Amino acid sequence: MKQSRSNSWLNGDRWLERLLRLAAAMSGCLTLLIVAFVFWQALPALRDPGVARFVSDSVWRPTDETAPQFGMTPMLVGSGLVTLGAVLLATPLALFSVIVAEFYSSRTLAWLLRRVLELLNGVPSVVFGFWGLVVLVPLINAWHPPGQSLLAGILVLTLMLIPTVALATDASLRAVPNELYRSAAALGIGRGAVVWKLAVPLARRGMVAGVLLGAARAVGETMAIVIVCGNIVQMPDSLFDPVRTITANIALEMGYATSGHRAALFATGLLLMLTSSLFVAGAGLLRRRRGRR
Amino acid sequence: MRSQPRSAAADALTRTAGWAAVFVVLAVSGWLVGSVLGHGLQEVSWSFLTSEPLDAGRNGGIGTVLVSTALVLSVCLGIAVPLGVGAAVWLSEFARPSSRPVALIRRSLDLLASVPSIVFGLFGMVVFCQELRLGFSIAAGGLTLACMILPLVVQTTFAGLRSVPDELRLGAAALAISRSTALRHLLLPAALHGVVVGVMLGLGRAAAETAALIFTSGYVTRMPESLLDSGRTVSVHIYDLAMNVPGGEARAYASAAVLLCLLLIVNVAAAVLADRWLRHQTARVS
Repeated sequence: MKQSRSNSWLNGDRWLERLLRLAAAMSGCLTLLIVAFVFWQALPALRDPGVARFVSDSVWRPTDETAPQFGMTPMLVGSGLVTLGAVLLATPLALFSVIVAEFYSSRTLAWLLRRVLELLNGVPSVVFGFWGLVVLVPLINAWHPPGQSLLAGILVLTLMLIPTVALATDASLRAVPNELYRSAAALGIGRGAVVWKLAVPLARRGMVAGVLLGAARAVGETMAIVIVCGNIVQMPDSLFDPVRTITANIALEMGYATSGHRAALFATGLLLMLTSSLFVAGAGLLRRRRGRR
Repeated sequence: MRSQPRSAAADALTRTAGWAAVFVVLAVSGWLVGSVLGHGLQEVSWSFLTSEPLDAGRNGGIGTVLVSTALVLSVCLGIAVPLGVGAAVWLSEFARPSSRPVALIRRSLDLLASVPSIVFGLFGMVVFCQELRLGFSIAAGGLTLACMILPLVVQTTFAGLRSVPDELRLGAAALAISRSTALRHLLLPAALHGVVVGVMLGLGRAAAETAALIFTSGYVTRMPESLLDSGRTVSVHIYDLAMNVPGGEARAYASAAVLLCLLLIVNVAAAVLADRWLRHQTARVS
């Protein structure tokens, strides 16, 4: 009697475990599935025209029936410039705001700043894009037409990256042990030196990890960019020229793309996945090492 | 002695630059939220929230769009929550923590979290719309979003379960309580905060998403009759008004204000819950 009851319990547990293991296995396989499907769809383009022609072709004319052209260098440059610009602007803004919150301000202001950053983190990218279109683009247009430009993309993206970089930096600054600050205070070391000689070097890995996460977000960002960048496939000569990024290109053309064109778009999707996973893996590596130390 | 003035100069410089940065961040954030809510909320009324979009969205409301959004989010959470919580429970309670499958699954979920949302859109379009023949539909959009938020749900639930003290597990084992009973009555209730925070954050991310939906759930503004109908979400509606509809600005502002308010509620709720949970944890430790 007792035996059979414990058996039925065990069976219940065993079924539950099977079910849960299935859920875990499915979750684990999803990544593989995504990579496999995107790769499978991109394969025709990787064979013909092949990756080399993505760079060597001079224009992007994938729908041309006789001689399709797959030059996406301007879009690669567009993605790179937008990402680089936004990271360069967002990093100091995020770093200095966090330093103020941590070392220079009252608790209330630090609290307010953190809440604002969290709020900004939750704003949908399409709202950033729309705001950029109706507020920033007209301002840039008044300064230097046409308005929808590389600059507009960089500014909107900067705003989106600030919370990502700042929240990661804040977390790593807070992880610096308090005793070190007390010792520094006991030695009469000034605040400026505490910030730049103690806190920032100790939190450096976490900060770089935050910047890498920001870069990953920037590379993959689509909606805000497609709305404010103007989307003309060209090498930008200045900050005021419209550009098209890889992500914007997918969003704009996937709706009507077929065969070779479609495969080329999937190949760019594969490239996006690769780039952003490299950034994220780099961030993860830095964080793990910091944990070990 | 010589370092004293230099340090003071560094201090002053840092302070000035820092306050400038804080001012820029606060001012621009306020500008963004203020202008969206300021322009948008005047347009929002009961009839705006309940009526159908007319004239490609230039007139009318967003009633049907809200219904589609709710359906897409329900499909998304209906798939991602059981799957994600189940996976997290297995990883935390059944598998050996340092075993190979656990490391592999967690690594692969980290990788999944890094995939750009437009790539989820591509994947969803091929797998759900074409291979599984769901077409442009609410079901396909919801499934795509479920894939996107799955890592978030797994990670927060896992963290919640890991924060439950081992005494509870040992006590349950000592009393010969079966693992399923222990899970239902002890571990999951103790980890509930983590689960709820994960679901809320996932909901926030899914509601904010546009890029993964434009090729999966589509643009149709009619009232959806089933999950296999196409339906546009609020974020897709804003995108379409901003990009393709000249003169759609006022309605786009109003839709953006509605979306922003919804997300504000979801995210603040998640933050408050997480904060309370943290305080609860520290109170127990000390």
